[in-house]
Amino acid sequence: MLKRALVLLCAAGAVVGFFILPDLVFEAPLAYNLFITQKIFYYHVPAAILLFTSAIVSGVASAGYLKTRRGGWDDVAAASAWLTVVFGAITLTTGPIWARPAWGVWWTWEARLTTALLLWLIFVAYGIVRRFGGPGSDRLAAGLAVFGSINVPLVYYSVNVWRTMHPTTNVIPTLRRDMLAPFLLGMLAYHLLFVVLLAARAAILRAERRVEDVHELALDAGLE
Amino acid sequence: MRFLRHAAAVAGKDLRVELRTREVVTTMVFFAVVIVVISSFAFTDQIASVENTASGILWISVAFAGSLGLARAFDREREGSTMRGLLLSPADRGAIFLGKAASIALTMLLVEAVVVPLLAVFFGAPVDVRLPWLVSLLVLTTIAFSIVGSVFAGMLLPTRARAVLLPIALYPVLTPAFLAATKGTAAIWIGGKAGMAEADFWLKFLVVYDSLFLVASLWMFESLVLE
Repeated sequence: MLKRALVLLCAAGAVVGFFILPDLVFEAPLAYNLFITQKIFYYHVPAAILLFTSAIVSGVASAGYLKTRRGGWDDVAAASAWLTVVFGAITLTTGPIWARPAWGVWWTWEARLTTALLLWLIFVAYGIVRRFGGPGSDRLAAGLAVFGSINVPLVYYSVNVWRTMHPTTNVIPTLRRDMLAPFLLGMLAYHLLFVVLLAARAAILRAERRVEDVHELALDAGLE
Repeated sequence: MRFLRHAAAVAGKDLRVELRTREVVTTMVFFAVVIVVISSFAFTDQIASVENTASGILWISVAFAGSLGLARAFDREREGSTMRGLLLSPADRGAIFLGKAASIALTMLLVEAVVVPLLAVFFGAPVDVRLPWLVSLLVLTTIAFSIVGSVFAGMLLPTRARAVLLPIALYPVLTPAFLAATKGTAAIWIGGKAGMAEADFWLKFLVVYDSLFLVASLWMFESLVLE
């Protein structure tokens, strides 16, 4: 009951947040040399942060599943993996749209872009494995999520040595105050949305798993 | 006419099955995208020199050959139902994993011993310079491949569509190792002070990669390969 109320509260917060976000983004000052194109920042960065957050959640939940074998862990892992693909798709769409006017290219093999792309690919692979792998694929998918999460710092580091262009992490702490407000609101709205989607997706997966369990019980009992 | 009509019926049936499952299209597209991404690491450097191109081709061929070998090494266990025998034996799961990985690594090194001289013949790659460096790089990358590959191939044993899913799961995870291998090989061949400093960095990077994934694999193989 409390959990449901919390999820509903998050949903309401996300709706309100995404409703007022465009206004705040519109009001925010224009960036010095990027002008209007910088506005996408308020949508791109939270999505990118959630891409990594959901991947880590999925990796940790998968490790939990492999250790305990409890289906609940697997539900969270699968739900979060699905969200990684969703937020990754948002990040990888808004990114090139911004990169084109800002850098003059759609894509560059830079540490952050490459890491995001590979992470996204790993979780798309996760989805493919679960969708087409048949029985036993949940473990392979869990292994993929764990390896994928370990991979993130390695990819980042290796590509960073290879070449770099993307703005660094010191952008956010030095943000102007009138730009910080819409940014933080965007972050909040996105994170609330993440919690709502994660809870909803995990609940669906749990329900599916229960139906399957009951089905098997029925088969064992000779009811079908 | 009947001949063609029958052919059309078979094609229609296949396409309808595919339309309903979308299995082949999804996996094919994904595989192709992954290959494009991996190749872009190998070939998007500023200069298309012999060193860069030959090194990219070396590692892409090793990756393909390696996944073929992996699939066979584990399918064999499945065909004879010998994996169950292995798992039932008193041997530690970690030891089974390490044994499988070692045999795959040695086979791959044999393949590389054939491929590397070919690069000298067909591409004029300077494979004979600084040979100990190249060998260390080959060994470290092969270890990375066989560790991660054995875990995934072992996990895939009970699943359907193994042949397709193995490279799909494997290549994205192995990308940092292949990046290090490609850049490291080119750096060794280019040589000079800067080149050797770069090669040294990638070798150390591979040592870290190998140890991280070895620990993770030993931890995971136990719970992953259950029959």
